[in-house]
Parts: sequence; structure tokens; C-alpha cells
Amino acid sequence: MGNWDWQVFCKDTIEGEVIPSCFGSGGDITYLDWMLSAWGWTVSVALLSLVVALVFGSLMGILRTTPNRGLVFLGNAWTELFRNIPLLVQIVLWYHVIPALIPALRSVPSFLLVVAALGLFTSARISEQVRAGIQSLPRGQRMAGLAMGFTLPQTYRYVLLPMAFRIIIPPLTSESMNIVKNSSVAFAVSIAELTLFAMQAQEETSRGIEIYLAVTGLYFITAFAINRVLHFIEGRVRVPGLIAAGGK
Amino acid sequence: MNAKTMLRAGLIVAGIAAAPAFAQDTGTLKKIKDSGSVTMGVRESSGGLSFTLGDGKFAGFHVELCERALADIRKQLGMSQLNIKYQPVTSQNRIPLMQNGTIDIECGSTTNNAARQKDVAFAVTTFVEEVRIAAKANSGISSIAQLNGKNVATTTGTTSVQLLRKHERATGVDFKEVFGKDHADSFLLLESGRADAFVMDSQILAGLIAKSKSPADFKVVGEVLNVEPINIMMRKDDPAFKKAVDDSLIKLMKSGEIAKIYDKWFMQPIPPANVRIGLPASEATKAAWANPNDKPAEDYAKK
Repeated sequence: MGNWDWQVFCKDTIEGEVIPSCFGSGGDITYLDWMLSAWGWTVSVALLSLVVALVFGSLMGILRTTPNRGLVFLGNAWTELFRNIPLLVQIVLWYHVIPALIPALRSVPSFLLVVAALGLFTSARISEQVRAGIQSLPRGQRMAGLAMGFTLPQTYRYVLLPMAFRIIIPPLTSESMNIVKNSSVAFAVSIAELTLFAMQAQEETSRGIEIYLAVTGLYFITAFAINRVLHFIEGRVRVPGLIAAGGK
Repeated sequence: MNAKTMLRAGLIVAGIAAAPAFAQDTGTLKKIKDSGSVTMGVRESSGGLSFTLGDGKFAGFHVELCERALADIRKQLGMSQLNIKYQPVTSQNRIPLMQNGTIDIECGSTTNNAARQKDVAFAVTTFVEEVRIAAKANSGISSIAQLNGKNVATTTGTTSVQLLRKHERATGVDFKEVFGKDHADSFLLLESGRADAFVMDSQILAGLIAKSKSPADFKVVGEVLNVEPINIMMRKDDPAFKKAVDDSLIKLMKSGEIAKIYDKWFMQPIPPANVRIGLPASEATKAAWANPNDKPAEDYAKK
């Protein structure tokens, strides 16, 4: 293992000199500084996209289970549109094609475009999970809610969704971890996130193995942190005895 | 996972990472002679230097030089036939693939610099690249100083990114860098107006402009930002193979034939689209042919 060179992270990005503290000062930055900033971009893209995905995914998933055929069609069309086009293609569509058609979008920062693209792509997958969660409940629950005099939105709010969301926490956990990994496509639209950092820094330093190992570690830590947070939430919101599979 | 399994998993990962180091115990010439074949690393799209014709076929200035050198080596080894396999490589994997023996000679667009000379060897310089600016012809941009506050495109994973950063630092000019994921993407940024300029190797810029919808709308402008030797790459510590390749290339340089090969790829229409790149050999390239050497980019910067 004599050929590792972890000092590469302490080098400054202009002259390639090793800086003793590993952190640059006075406008100089080291590869370590750059990597941490890239990690920040990755986390920002992932978390904001997750918010977009949860909002639109839940909404569309709910629409697909309503009795109104128009709403069901809207939800289905949304889901199929966003899940049948590869993610990278969607990113390029948002970045290059749509701004060509709607000039006003040209001034929108690429960060927001990529959040929209990744969020909407994932919303299709979350919509599918929300629909499955709601449909896994016995039909009697919806009927009972309506028979009690709840309106349809109230039935969803107080009867169906509380159970449905508890049921789908495990697949939602996977989806939330996926969004961290999928955020790597943001490099294609010039977001200085971890993948772009890795591609660029390995070229500049010729220490690709060290750089990729570090970036791999950061992706793992981020995804695993999300896993732990959702695992905690899953434990906290569990209703004992209501979902048989919930017990361990 | 307990500590012991973790440790074991770690050792396996470390073993995979270290494996390439054991793969180069015999010389490349012996390998070629024993196997009757050689694997050439090539690029999908490196301007006129190395590019694909589709269908697993590759061509370009460096590909042709390599083919000629390999033909000489075949004669030198007294072989009746030599099977050349073409393996597309990227900027990210070309050096590891060379070190682990997947490719024997790389004929693409690899900058010869001091950092890489620690890992691989380079043949004598066959092409000297000048980094310049491409802009829209009607933009009025004619120098890097005019790019203050402008969006400047460049491609992720290239030395131009670092070059721009150095320039920014040295001159106080403030660019807004936009990174394309490949050269075609960076050019699209320029074409669509998301970027005002595209800083890249002039050979690549000339090729992209030649292939664009309206070549007259773009031009390569301004000062030469950097000069880099682009060399054919080989495994390190294999002097016999390097000498065989160098001898063959030096022969082409001395006879002047290299200029004809250059002309064929950079001044004449080339497949697949039959467009002309139109980039005459630079003074630095001609100087490298006149005095064959394998000096790294750092030596050029000192001038």
C-alpha cells in the first residue's frame, strides 16, 4: 500500500502545493475544501429534490386513488411521463430543450432546474408507492370513513393517509437514499457536486483512486444518514398492533 | 458486521485496488510477440487525433501514427501478422487501463505532464496543443480580458478547468464557469447562448466548429492560454517498447512524412461526415517534429 497519497486532499487547487493545515485561507482553497463544498451541493440538491418529490409524489399518488376518473388520469399520466424517460435525458431536456422553447426559463439557475428535474423524476416513483400504500388498505376503511360523514378529503386526511404513509416508509427510505445517489447526474448541468469534483480533481491530481474512494465514502455516509433518520421516524410513528408486519 | 468481517472486507477492497501493480512483469514487445496481438487505447471523440467511425472502427492522426509504429514493430519482431485490437478509453480510465495491461499503447489526446510521467511513459511529442477561446463571431470577444463577468464554458475532467482557475487568480478576471459534461455539451452551451465563450484545446474547438450547423457563426479568438504536448502513451519502465515506437515516429518526422499524415487528418475532409477541421500545424508542433523529445507540459510553460 506504499502508493497511497492521501496528502492530495491537502494540496491547494492553484499550484498543487501541500498546505499544512489542509484548509486553504485567504481565497486559496485545497481539494479538501473543494470536496466539502461539493458535498454541500450534493446534499442540497438531494434534500430539496426530496421535498419536491414528496410533495408532488404524494399529491399524484392520492389523485390516482380517488373516484374521479379525470384526476386518476392526471395522476397516471404524470407518473408514466416522468418514470418512462431516463433521468439523464430529463435533466438535458430541462437544461437545454425547455429553455429553448420558453426563453423565460433561461435565466433560471441550473441548480433549480436540476432540483425540479430530479424531484419530478422521483415524484413519479413516490406516487406509485403512495398509490400502492393506499390501495393496500382494506376498502372498508374508506367506506367507513365516508359512512361516518367525513368528506372525501377528510377521509384521506384522518383515515387513509395516516396508515398508508406508515406502510410505505420502507420503500420511501430506499427512494430517499436513491435521490442522494441520483443527484450525481447534476454534474451534467454544471453543479459543482461530488461527481463533478471527482471527475475534475482526479484529472488535475492524477490521484483518482484516493479521490474516488473519498467521494464514495461521502455518498455512503449521506445515504446511510438518511436511512438512519427514516428508520428513527419509522420507529417513532409505529402504531403497535395496527400493522402486523410492523413488529420486529 | 463485526470488526473482523469489516477488516476482511477492507482487505479485499484494498487487494482489488492494488492488483494492477502486479500485472506488468513482462515487456510489451514480448507480450506482442507471444500473443500475436496488441491492444490500442483509442478515444471516441478527440477531434482529428482519435475518433470513432462507428461500428468499432477508429481513426485519426494519432491512430494512424500508432498503426504505422506497430507495423514497424511487427517487422522488427519478424511476425507475419499482428492483430490490433481497439479499446475505447476515457480521460478517467486511460491511465489505470494502461497500468493494468488492458491497453498496450494509447493513441488519443493525452497531455504529457510531469504528474503523469510518474505513472506512464510517453512517446516523442507528435502534437502540441494550444488552449484558446471559441466565441460567437458576432460577439466582439477577441481576448481573455473581455471575459470578465461572462459565462465561460469548459469541459469537466479537462486541464482547461484548472487553467481557467489559475488565470482567474493571476489576473483578477472573474469568469462564471459553466461545465459541460463532454465537449459536445460544452459547445452546445456556447451555441445556445448559456456561455459566451468556450475555452478548450484549439484542435477540439476547430473540430466542433467545423461540424456545427453554421461554422461561420463561430471563431477561435484571442491569445494562446496554454501550450501542452499531446503524446502517444505507453507503460512506464519498458524502454525497449518505447524505443521501438520512438524510432518509428522519429523516422516519420525526419522524412517529413508526418506532415503529410497531419495534413490528411487536419487539413483535408475526414470521415464520417467529410468535414475539414482546417487547423494548420502550429509552430510548436513543427518544432517538436524538428527536435523529437518527450518533455512534459511543465517545460513548455517555462518558455
